[in-house]
Amino acid sequence: MAVTVRIPTPLQKLTGDKAEVNASGKNVQELLADLDRQFPGFKDRLCDPDGKLRRFVNIYINEEDIRFLKNEQTSVKDGDEISIIPAIAGGC
Amino acid sequence: MTFIRGLRCRECAREYPAKALYVCEYCFGSLEVDYDYAAISRKLSRQLIESRPPNIWRYKELLPIDGEPSVGFHTGMTPFFKAHNLGRALGVKELYIKDDSVCHPTLSFKDRVVSVALSRAKELGFETVACASTGNLANSVSALSAKAGFKRTIFIPADLEAAKIIGSLVYAPRLMAVEGNYDEVNRLCAEIGTHYKWAFVNINIRPYYAEGSKTYGFEVAEQMGWKAPQHIVVPAASGSLLVKIWKGFKEFYKLGFLEEPTCRLYAAQAFGCHPIVTAIEEGSDIIKPVKPKTIAKSLAIGNPADGYYAADAIRETGGWGAAVTDEEIVDGIKLLAQTEGIFTETAGGVTVAAAKKLIEQKKIPRDESIVVCVTGQGLKTQEAVQDHVGKPIRIKPNLSSFQEHVKDN
Repeated sequence: MAVTVRIPTPLQKLTGDKAEVNASGKNVQELLADLDRQFPGFKDRLCDPDGKLRRFVNIYINEEDIRFLKNEQTSVKDGDEISIIPAIAGGC
Repeated sequence: MTFIRGLRCRECAREYPAKALYVCEYCFGSLEVDYDYAAISRKLSRQLIESRPPNIWRYKELLPIDGEPSVGFHTGMTPFFKAHNLGRALGVKELYIKDDSVCHPTLSFKDRVVSVALSRAKELGFETVACASTGNLANSVSALSAKAGFKRTIFIPADLEAAKIIGSLVYAPRLMAVEGNYDEVNRLCAEIGTHYKWAFVNINIRPYYAEGSKTYGFEVAEQMGWKAPQHIVVPAASGSLLVKIWKGFKEFYKLGFLEEPTCRLYAAQAFGCHPIVTAIEEGSDIIKPVKPKTIAKSLAIGNPADGYYAADAIRETGGWGAAVTDEEIVDGIKLLAQTEGIFTETAGGVTVAAAKKLIEQKKIPRDESIVVCVTGQGLKTQEAVQDHVGKPIRIKPNLSSFQEHVKDN
């Protein structure tokens, strides 16, 4: 499954300054593994030493937070758009 | 001269220069301003603070700018007073209100953070400022950036209260109404921010912006006579205000302005969006995002960036949290209005109702000092109460019509 992944600024040094890259896999976990193959060190940045997503990393599939889906097991299909976004917030 | 040492990751402590950065390149933790407290300690004293004009910049050494501020010269030093009537209604001895419903110029505590953010954005050389907002921040950025001479683009959820929309438009920003909730607006802005060299006050300027909230805590401590209260109830959306009030008390202690604060912190959230309170009640290490559904739109952040730090501060101080229903929020707004003569927005209703609940649950004792944080103005969210405040009594312009309707005297 080939999907587009939008890369946040802090990770663009790893992707050669590219803000969008392609990746494949049948779920988020496999996508991250593929991204790590393409851009060594990628997964270390997003996941803690136990391999779990760091708590300040948000991943969205077609604008939906994967925590409302099946987290890393959420499946992806051709043409999906993935965003990786650091936690940010306003409000009080 | 600057007292800023740089930025530091709150997760892994890596250090960064004091530029428009907000997230650790390595672990995605948020960055926080690090100060040279030894140098601040040599310069700043209670007496120096007291000698300065009544605005947030009286604490400027503890705020993240290198030089002199450019806006916010009338922001802060809002009323702080003992609320006898509300205290009696809630059955407690010593209740205080810190009232940012009259903060200058846009009637919410956001004027504090925005004054700091824009002063820093100017120092960093930005010409355009932007923000993602639930309304109050939009109003404040629109107004203060007009004063400071920035170009400005503001992003809000499309379903905001009319007063908050007009309260931005009047300052002529480019106002983008996004068809989505706040978390979606925020995500969009994070993506837009990678394409435009703008100062997003709550994104790439966030480490500086957030520091402005400390002034709320500084003022509470100064106005109490240089001490911290025993209990403080704080409205929580991202959780940042609660975290920064606590930081403010600790900084004052570090500088010798206060005795060691034993203040307990309490998060007030709406039942329709209470991820921080849930984590506290369940003793969970995880802040689980939610989809907000509440009339308290200014607190409707389902994915709170500072939720972890807020939960840590609450646990560290032995505090707690309470979530209140929309009905309780309206009752809270009315109770504050009818006892203290203050019309607060929905977030203030949340705080008053949460304080009531925490007192009833005996989480807050009745004989100790309690501060209730009022952070916004009721005239901005009239929709929330318009069907719950009765109607005027309509009469003809003559005495008999009046007497027909008014039997008592």
